This record gives sequence, C-alpha cells and structure tokens, in this order.
Amino acid sequence: MSMPFYVSPEQVMQDKAEYARKGIGRGKSSITVEYDSGIAVMAENQSSLSKIGEIYDRIAFAGVGKFSEFDQLRKIGVRYADMKGYQYSRDDVRARALANSYSQAIGDVFTRELKPLEVEVIVAEVGDPELSGHEDNEIYRIQFDGSISDHRGFCVIGGSEEELASYLQSNFQQNAPLGEVLRMGQAALQRAADGQGSVPPENLEVCLLEKARNGRKFRRLSTDELRGHLSS
Amino acid sequence: MRIPNFASGRQGESSVIGPGTSYDGASFSELLQVDYPHLAFDWSRYAGAEPLSVPHGTTVLAFKYSEGVIVAGDRLATEGLRVASRDIQKVYATDDHSMIAIAGAAGPAIEMARIMRIELEHYEKIEGQALELDGKANKLSQMIRANLPAAMQGLAVVPLFAGYDLRRQHGRMWKFDVTGGRYEEAEFESSGSGSLYARESLKKSHNPGATEREALEMAVQALTDAADEDRGTGGIDMLRGIFPTVIFCSQPGIRQADETDIREVYEEMIARRASDHGGAAS
Repeated sequence: MSMPFYVSPEQVMQDKAEYARKGIGRGKSSITVEYDSGIAVMAENQSSLSKIGEIYDRIAFAGVGKFSEFDQLRKIGVRYADMKGYQYSRDDVRARALANSYSQAIGDVFTRELKPLEVEVIVAEVGDPELSGHEDNEIYRIQFDGSISDHRGFCVIGGSEEELASYLQSNFQQNAPLGEVLRMGQAALQRAADGQGSVPPENLEVCLLEKARNGRKFRRLSTDELRGHLSS
Repeated sequence: MRIPNFASGRQGESSVIGPGTSYDGASFSELLQVDYPHLAFDWSRYAGAEPLSVPHGTTVLAFKYSEGVIVAGDRLATEGLRVASRDIQKVYATDDHSMIAIAGAAGPAIEMARIMRIELEHYEKIEGQALELDGKANKLSQMIRANLPAAMQGLAVVPLFAGYDLRRQHGRMWKFDVTGGRYEEAEFESSGSGSLYARESLKKSHNPGATEREALEMAVQALTDAADEDRGTGGIDMLRGIFPTVIFCSQPGIRQADETDIREVYEEMIARRASDHGGAAS
C-alpha cells in the first residue's frame, strides 16, 4: 500500500507563487504614470488585444500576464462598476472598492485553486478638483496572490518590474507635461524590451485619464496622436 | 479558470464565472435581468391591476438637417389635467453620437433613457468597440418590448431614437411602438400627445438642407404649434425661463442648443407671427 505523500502548506504556496511569477515574468510590462493633468497608462503591445481598458468615468484598468485571465477580470470590473453606478450614483464608483474586490477575488483563487492566476493588475482613478474628497489621483496594484498596494506618482507591473521601477524612480517628476511623461514611459519600456533597439509608437498601447474631460475621462491615444506627443 | 465573480448580484453564494452560472455577455440590461432580478422590475406581477395615474411627458420630435439630425422636446409633464412638472427633461444624449427622446409615462421613460445610456457604454467597454447606430436602435427596441407588461398597465414608453451614423455619414432616426416595433423615418417624426400638430408643422416647414440655425427655427416653431393646440405640451415659458431641450447630432458629436439662441429664435418668431395678420397668429 502506497503512502499518501505529504506536502507542507508553505511548499504549496511557494510553488504556486513561483509558477505565477514565471508566467507574469514572460510577459511585457505596463506603466501607469501621473502627469500634470491626469494619468497615463502605457504598455508595450504589438497585438490588437488590449491590455488597458476603461472601467468607468474616472477609472482605468491595466493587466499583464495571461491575456484571457486579466481580460476576464477587466470585464468583471466593468460589470461591477456599471452595476454600482446604476444602483447608487456615478460618483459612488470608486477605485479603492474595486481594487479591494479584485484583491479578494485574485487572493481567493490563489488560496483555493490549484492553479493561481498569472496576472497583475492596476486600477487607476483620476482625481477631480471639483469633487471634495476626490481631488487626488489613486493608483492601486494587485498581484497574483491578491496582495494590494497603493502608489503615488507611478507604478510598474509585469516582466522587468524592478528595473523599470528603479528607472522611473530616478526620472519621474511630479506635474510633468504629458509629452515628457510619454517619452519617459517609452524610454522605460524600451529598456525592458531586451534584444530590441527601440519600441516604436505603433508597438505601444497608450490610454489616458484626462482630468479636464467631461464625464468619461478615459481616452485611447491613436498611434498618430502618440507620435505627435512623443515628438512635441 | 474559476474567478470569483464579485460583480454578480448573488454575492452570498460562491458564484463563479462560467456558462450558465452568471451573465457573461455585453448587455447591461441582460446583466440586470440575470444577476440582479430584484432591480429589473417585474411588471407582469401586476397584470390585471388598475392602470396607474403617473406623470406623462408629451411632445418630442426629430428631423434631419444639413449636418445630421436634430432632436427636441418640450419640458412639461402632466398628470391628467394637472401640471406634474414644468421642467422635466425628455431628450437625453445616450452617447456621443446618439440620443433618445421620450414621450409617455415619465418614470419608466426616464429610466429607460438611463439604462440605454449605460447599455451603450457597457457594450463599448466590454467589447472594446461601440455598437453601430442600427445596433443601438435594435437594442432599444428590445428594451421597449421588455416593457410591454408595464405598457399594458398604462405605462407605455414610446421614444424616438436618433443619431449620426458614422459609417454611412448621415443622420438617422427611428420611431417605436409599445411592442418594440421600430420604424426608420426618412425626414421627420414626432411622438407624444402633441405629435400630430408638431408633425403637421414640420410637414410644411421641413427642409433637409437647413442650416443649424434654420433647424433650430423649425424645431421651436413645431413645438410652439404643438403647445398651441395640445394642452399636454408645454410652450416656451418666458416667465420662468424654461426652454425646450434641443440637441444637434452631427459628425463631430452631439451639441445642446444654447438657451439664448432658443430665446432669440422664439422672439423673432413671435414678432413675425404678430405682424403677419391671420395665419398662425389667429
């Protein structure tokens, strides 16, 4: 009779974490940066499948790792936000609550399921000077195990996270104009794209949360617009 | 993959995303019915009850002009012979290139306009691409059909839907009946208790090549004619400064007419009618 083999919970968690980290590490990075009039979210992305999406009026989503998994999370986020805005008011839809729900859901999968989600996501919310208690930008990062953190200025997720974060640490400036921030983001993503000389604008996916816009603040930049900003 | 679906209404259960367990499509109103049935009101439960007396909205109209399509509505809501509200809104932007004008029971109609806006936005976010104008009109017709049990209780919603078709590069409009039947109109259409008079007015004045200003004049004229003959339609209320809602929709998007422009057009029209012995003044 064969003995049932024993694996300690620590070992199980470690293995899962390593598995998730590996999956995420294979993918490309995504950067979220504040600029003088909003938040820019950038990712190196050659495909037409988006890594960045609109969740609600002031809230954007970015995911790295396994596409099918983070895209599913994005859709759940849209349903959550639209439902909450319908039940209460548009102003009641806030990034912190959504980020917490993501954290719960992703953490739940990590502990309960055999295979963890190979994703990291960002929930960014742009501030509105007109709304009391809502003036500041908020950036939340949720990792594969459900751990959540909030960030000021910028946040990096995905592959070469540490290297990019240290690059942004030394180059980020508060209240920089959009063009400057986009150039910095491009330079950062370029460093992560090893083996390649450059990341051309057509290989970048860039979305903005623009403070000055009415209603829905989310906007996707076309390659031409991005080119214009990068050369300005 | 099992991701706990925190967006589902059934939070107490360990609901997960997957076929059959929870809604996974791109329609907001279907999400409402599947996961939040307590919020999607079930009118069929009240079948056979006495028809309700609730505020009704009256005249809305839409017609094409040179740049696209214009939609206008008066501001009065009536409950029987009583004024329920003097300044309700009957014309709503549903997104950057479409709008809905509602006539009928004000409560369900305003709610339908609200859900329609979320519906279009929801689809665009989930799918990463906006619906075509035809798709939007079709979706609205399904929502009106779903409201049929309420319509049988006297809570009919008969909207107009109009927008700029970015693919075909021109303005389009549809009228609906309570069963969700949708009918595209080529030039102009009106809905509500004063619609007969508004339509008669537009029949005489409508010019599809009109400039924005001329279109505004036609709209103000048609609404004034409707208010003149129909007690359920509110005229321009100079005393309280209540003006109709007028929205233009063209290639760059939608734009609401300024109240100062409406006032100017109205005063010119009144002056013209006062000096024009007979005709509309009599």
